[in-house]
Amino acid sequence: MDSILEVLEKQIVSQILKQPNRKIAVDEPLISSGLIDSFSLMDVALYVEDAFGVRIEDTELNADTFDTLTQLAALIDSRKK
Amino acid sequence: MTTFPERLKTLHSRTPDRVALTLQFSNADDLSLTVDQLLCGASSYARALTLAKIQPGEVVVLILQHGEDLVYAFWGAILHGAIPSIMPFLTEKLSPERYRADLSALISVTRPAAIITYPEFEAEVRGALQEGDSVREVIVTDKIEKQIDLEFDSLAGFQRKPEDIVILQHSSGTTGLQKGVALSHQAVFNQLDAYGKALNLNEDDVVVSWLPLYHDMGLIAGFIMPILSGIHLVLQSPFDWVRAPYKLMQSVTKYRGTLSWLPNFAYNFCAQKIRDRHLEGVDLSSWRVVTNCSEPVRWESHQAFYEKFKSYGLKREALQTSYAMAENVFAVTQSPLGGEPAVLEIDREAFMSERVAKLASEMDASQSAMKMMSSGRPLGNVKVKVLDENRNELPERVIGEIALQSDCMLTGYYHREDATQQAFHDGWYLTGDYGFISDGEVFVSGRKKDMIIVGGKNVYPQDLESLTYEVAGVHAGRSVAFGIFDEEQGTEDVVIIAEVDSEDPAEQQKVADAIRLHVTKNSAIALRYVKVVDPKWILKTSSGKTARSANKEKFLKEM
Repeated sequence: MDSILEVLEKQIVSQILKQPNRKIAVDEPLISSGLIDSFSLMDVALYVEDAFGVRIEDTELNADTFDTLTQLAALIDSRKK
Repeated sequence: MTTFPERLKTLHSRTPDRVALTLQFSNADDLSLTVDQLLCGASSYARALTLAKIQPGEVVVLILQHGEDLVYAFWGAILHGAIPSIMPFLTEKLSPERYRADLSALISVTRPAAIITYPEFEAEVRGALQEGDSVREVIVTDKIEKQIDLEFDSLAGFQRKPEDIVILQHSSGTTGLQKGVALSHQAVFNQLDAYGKALNLNEDDVVVSWLPLYHDMGLIAGFIMPILSGIHLVLQSPFDWVRAPYKLMQSVTKYRGTLSWLPNFAYNFCAQKIRDRHLEGVDLSSWRVVTNCSEPVRWESHQAFYEKFKSYGLKREALQTSYAMAENVFAVTQSPLGGEPAVLEIDREAFMSERVAKLASEMDASQSAMKMMSSGRPLGNVKVKVLDENRNELPERVIGEIALQSDCMLTGYYHREDATQQAFHDGWYLTGDYGFISDGEVFVSGRKKDMIIVGGKNVYPQDLESLTYEVAGVHAGRSVAFGIFDEEQGTEDVVIIAEVDSEDPAEQQKVADAIRLHVTKNSAIALRYVKVVDPKWILKTSSGKTARSANKEKFLKEM
């Protein structure tokens, strides 16, 4: 789990927030806080698919499916099996 | 000379059973409505407005999402002779308090007589109402009596005259919502006649659109024009499209779509983010005109879009451009069909510093060239000229403010005589946009003073700066907002810079996060860069105003 969290954090701060030195807490809201907007949400989904081989359907791209790094990592973990 | 209701009646008498509109949903089957079904649904809303004692000529604000109710309520208001204005619906991104404040601001200027919304949103709307304001009725969709007979003779809209105001268009944000563009039946028809010719519009056309109806491009090109021209419209929700952009391609394939309009960023978005597995069976060969409009048009974006979709039948000459604004109903220009929009290679340095478009053929090899794509030629009913600061006409290829004259201009900003007066000079409408003309082609180089255009949406920087001042730790007057062009996204990224007293990096990060959260929640605009700086970072003019362009240059240098 740890490595997924780290990989996700790195990707989001460098590619989406463009603040490579920023830290994201594992329970920090990402979507409902406005940190990740709807255009960038698609980038997260595409990245998750490429990096982990896990698909997030377009109807799932909202804060109800995942809003924090922990939730996203859990989603990836549950679908990898 | 005609009116919207007269045109609808004519369309109904000719082909009542033709499919006028297909609504698409993310979680339900497509819903196709014939002309008769559309107008029956609309007349149930016209009836409801009559029962609510709303008078023809009064404004009705629609707060509805993509779907049947929105289209019925819009055309129902038209059939009743009321003036519909579509307000964006509250999304999860925006704070309800801000939404209520924006709605109150709109009500105070526009003075609508009624608001139509969903029962579950009624309380939210009533929360924005104030004692003694103009709103007499909040009409909820589940109280509408459906299934009523269509009787044209009983509809009040047939009393309206061509010069009467038929619709109001607002742009977004606190500033935009207080400036409603009022358009007459005649102005809209003059636009449709001229634009229809430029597009070679014919009854076999099929418009496919995901654009929101509260912006001119979606409302006119992606809604009113196809309906009033008797052309099949396939309509998706912008919120579904942004999560599944491939659905545009699938819909063009399924319905043999011929016409679409897209803001520039959508070309990059589609080219970069659509997976090949979503394009199985896609055939774009029917697409004859895909018009890039509503933010600066980029040749590179067309190129990327074409490379991505050419093997799916996309024709290069389908990719066209337009320059448009609500004040002219919609289109001012359109690139001529049959070829590609004109592209000029000009000297980057001369463009930036001397405000002239010097052709690359006249340059030294050492100078760097940039490509500018034309937005096309003025429509048959529009005259365009470029003015200097003293409002004198400039020669070709010199950059100045674009001014226009046409028979499809706004009647005025609704209840804003002051703003209307300011917008015109000597019978010419001053767009506030900058550009130049070359061989009859209009090139747009920059937008409304400091206006930011992100994803096709106009954003007033002062709205974002005001919100920043509401964050603890930021002082009034010590923030600046601007847009910087993002090559990869094909649109502008929003930057906010704010000065704080603390020089502790952890504290600064906290304020930066708070700004991001607060501004996003209150504007529904995502911020790409939030930079918190020490006092005295922000450059001011001698009169103490924030100089946005100077701060932008400073930010870009430090990046």
